[in-house]
Amino acid sequence: MEHLLSLFVRSIFVDNMIFAFFLGMCSYLAVSKTVKTAVGLGIAVTFVLVVTLPVNYLLQTRVLSADGIFGIDLSFLSFILFIAVIAAITQLVEMVVERFSPSLYASLGIFLPLIAVNCAIMGASLFMQQRIVKGESDPQFIGGVADAISYALGSGIGWMLAIVGLAAIREKMAYSNVPAPLRGLGITFIVVGLMAMAFMCFSGLKI
Amino acid sequence: MSQLFSKKNKEVFATPLGLNNPVTVQVLGICSALAVTAKLEPAIVMGLSVTIITGFSNVIISLIRRTIPNRIRIIVQLVVVAALVTIVSEILKAFAYDVSVQLSVYIGLIITNCILMGRLEAFAMSNGPWESFLDGLGNGLGYAKILVIVAFFRELLGSGTLLGFRIIPQSVYDAGYINNGLMVMPPMALVIVACIIWWQRSRHKELQDK
Repeated sequence: MEHLLSLFVRSIFVDNMIFAFFLGMCSYLAVSKTVKTAVGLGIAVTFVLVVTLPVNYLLQTRVLSADGIFGIDLSFLSFILFIAVIAAITQLVEMVVERFSPSLYASLGIFLPLIAVNCAIMGASLFMQQRIVKGESDPQFIGGVADAISYALGSGIGWMLAIVGLAAIREKMAYSNVPAPLRGLGITFIVVGLMAMAFMCFSGLKI
Repeated sequence: MSQLFSKKNKEVFATPLGLNNPVTVQVLGICSALAVTAKLEPAIVMGLSVTIITGFSNVIISLIRRTIPNRIRIIVQLVVVAALVTIVSEILKAFAYDVSVQLSVYIGLIITNCILMGRLEAFAMSNGPWESFLDGLGNGLGYAKILVIVAFFRELLGSGTLLGFRIIPQSVYDAGYINNGLMVMPPMALVIVACIIWWQRSRHKELQDK
């Protein structure tokens, strides 16, 4: 229980997907213009993460590893299998959202199918693959489906926190006088850099 | 032969290196561009890997573009890219193990690199194999160029070395110079990319946002 909580908090603040690893930057920069769409995308990313990570965990430990059902080390296939799982689940989420909430479907638009190529989701699966082999005493160790879900939820919420924060700053920034060559992309990068520096103060956090 | 290197094809190859750079203008592939640039060597390896993969995935998708059903094209593209990335990752593990450890998950993340999907969707799905190959190489090299520039400054100012060789002499350190530790931390990568964008946009007014 303690480990679950520590994994969760660490993945929000210390191992934040955006500020520590720069994962999911493309949609992070593209969709952070208004707070409302940022929240919608954040929820969608968190949901896809929470569903895909346990599935990929089971694939990695039961099928691909040397003591899985085939008895041989198939981990070189992991890239293809992980991305197939992610693409399939994104498609599923898209269909469910379209069926039950057409208004949310319309507001997310093209970004819903693009979650499949969001690096944060693929990245979480690849980090999980590295964390399985860590020692049990390591705070980053993932040793079961519950750990995987906790890590996925934390990473998703961390990502959402980052995108909502940036969207709020950019909404205010629309009123400020930025030098012309920096306007738009340039100043956004600097703002993200400053936010990342602020998040560095969490890196000594011990739970 | 002259047709292979016509003016249009040269343009397809050259614009991503400058005015239509994938990182600073199209804003694609930022994730790995920032994460692997603390040292020059992994940045060069990463740039080359991405160049090779964009080139060949563009050719493959361009060859089969008429047979891919529209609804499942993203999955087909992902599978082609994932297969190429697996090959590159295994080659790196075999011949450049140290670099592949440094790059860790970011080699696998080439699959979800937006440059690849962007070029496949925007170019390879509607152009012939040879043009697509040039476009892939051009975009890959445009990406590699930014990576090398960022890594050059981060390694020089952050560790005082280039490719592992000491550049800043010991006497300078004795005189009280200290490496800028912030340079090797993630946030400075963002600020350096912002400076490159600043420089590029102040030279080319047409790129500026209104």
